[in-house]
Amino acid sequence: MDALHRRTNIALLAAALAALAIAPFAVYPMFLMKLMCFALLAASVNLLVGYVGLLSFGHAMFYGTAGYVTAHAVKVWGWDGMAGILAGVATAALVGLVTGLLAIRRQGIYFSMITLAFAQLVYFIALRMPFTGGEDGIQEIPRPMVLGLFSLQNTLVLYYFVAALIVFGFWLIYRVVHSPFGQILRAIRDNEPRAQSLGYRVNRYKLLAFVLSAGLAGLAGSLKVLVFQLASLTDVHWATSGEALLICIVGGMHTLLGPVVGSIVIVSMENYLASFAEWVLIIQGVVFVLVVMLFRKGIVGQFHSYLATRRQRRAAAS
Amino acid sequence: MDGLLGIPPAALIGQLMVGLINGAFYALMSLGLSIIFGLLRVVNFAHGAQYMLGAFVTWGLLEYLGIGYWGAIVIAPLVVAAFGLLFERWMLRRLYTLDHVYALLLTFGVALLMEGAFRLQFGVSGQPYPNPLSGGLDVGVTFLPMYRVWVIVAALAVCMGTWFFIEKTKLGAYLRAANENAPLVRTFGINVPRMLMLTYGLGVGLAGLSGVMAAPIYQVSPLMGSNLIIVVFAVVVIGGMGSILGSIVTGFGLGAIEGLTKIFYPDGAGVVIFVVMILVLAVRPHGLFGRAY
Repeated sequence: MDALHRRTNIALLAAALAALAIAPFAVYPMFLMKLMCFALLAASVNLLVGYVGLLSFGHAMFYGTAGYVTAHAVKVWGWDGMAGILAGVATAALVGLVTGLLAIRRQGIYFSMITLAFAQLVYFIALRMPFTGGEDGIQEIPRPMVLGLFSLQNTLVLYYFVAALIVFGFWLIYRVVHSPFGQILRAIRDNEPRAQSLGYRVNRYKLLAFVLSAGLAGLAGSLKVLVFQLASLTDVHWATSGEALLICIVGGMHTLLGPVVGSIVIVSMENYLASFAEWVLIIQGVVFVLVVMLFRKGIVGQFHSYLATRRQRRAAAS
Repeated sequence: MDGLLGIPPAALIGQLMVGLINGAFYALMSLGLSIIFGLLRVVNFAHGAQYMLGAFVTWGLLEYLGIGYWGAIVIAPLVVAAFGLLFERWMLRRLYTLDHVYALLLTFGVALLMEGAFRLQFGVSGQPYPNPLSGGLDVGVTFLPMYRVWVIVAALAVCMGTWFFIEKTKLGAYLRAANENAPLVRTFGINVPRMLMLTYGLGVGLAGLSGVMAAPIYQVSPLMGSNLIIVVFAVVVIGGMGSILGSIVTGFGLGAIEGLTKIFYPDGAGVVIFVVMILVLAVRPHGLFGRAY
């Protein structure tokens, strides 16, 4: 079962990488980059909800904060692209550390409410702070040089740069989930008191996972800002956190590729309905209800269990 | 008398009054959330949307049927509660045996759906609602609008009534018993699933009632629910969902703190509740009135 999972995962991953390399010649690259950023944001949420059992309702705060910091560093201070991204990610991880220290003091649903409240606090701060530009956001962010080597002016260069960093983010999540650390996280998810009684400092593991997830969400936010040359209040709004969760649950919460598939479905839908904001909300709501009521495993989860049952049936037949 | 720190007493009492009005809504909303959470172990994310529904039903009753505020205050909570009962019966009930995450996501989805549908129909600009109680009370230093006094008094009365119902009546005793040990209560022949449904209806009805009372004060707008619910979540985290009296005290208390912040540091008014939440989490992680679980 596990070997099967791994083999299908690797096959899917190889196919995804190949598709990623040729995609910009077939599909509008800006759309693809938006899709990838949302996929990484959702994957960072999924790392917590799927593998640690912590449902964060506030990942927009990391996504948005990193975006603002990167935008400011690149536009006002004229930093190198890579430095700007690192600054964004570091700030997001720091916000994750501070909020995480407090949020993990409560469990279950309280955790969700606390992360949501923190995100709202960050939203208010972003609204009032002078450097975020308030309602206008930070606009017309220049596309910077990266490490002094190449410029991101060219869309195709930008695309491969973003794709490389997104793949790095996913690789990191994969490594974390399949490491001894990831095993302990899953043990905490399945039975926290037992993990604690085995001598694991549960809160430290949770905090580390939270900070890591915040950093990854930050990476997604920083890249998004470089792609769209805009950092705005939408990025820190609770609706963005909700969207990340929607992507997770549509794709499949306990799977690595779920956020990618979910992102393709949800971002395409939103792009299609871009001019009808109300319909986006309504359809998001309907999708939430349908997925929760009818197929909780999500698309990738359903696919996995379909493969597993087919294999069992074959084993029984032979 | 120069008032406190050079702030004239009229402004002080005025802002305190505004704070207590907000506090009344925090108390009613967090009370409903606590009742639902206490028995169903569900955080009702749709609570804000149901509050908005209550306000829109109030507005619609006047607009289309000519039924005024005093009719609406009876009808609208019942309509919202009926909506809640059907939702519980057809959807929420199926998720009780699963991880709590799913119920949270379901109610979040319903909240999005309702907000989207009302935005589609009515747009984001608010609808005004006439003040049903004109006039005011002259209390010497300042003039208190009658309707605001009514909201505070009515909210306190409803909160106290709910507390009395849950703590002192037989049905309330059943609810508390089912909270402790549902299977045992079922063996006594009490229909626990129906009690859960009615509890959800009661909590949602309180949200609807808040919506009715909010209609003349705030604009009736599709956005009013999601703006309020996040603050109410922070209130719930501060108070803890363990006790009913706790929700009431925390709700009014935080409203007053918010009102006073508006005088002394206007920029901080939007965030003061979140700051209090951070302090409480740091010092008393289970909330002021919460129990460790």
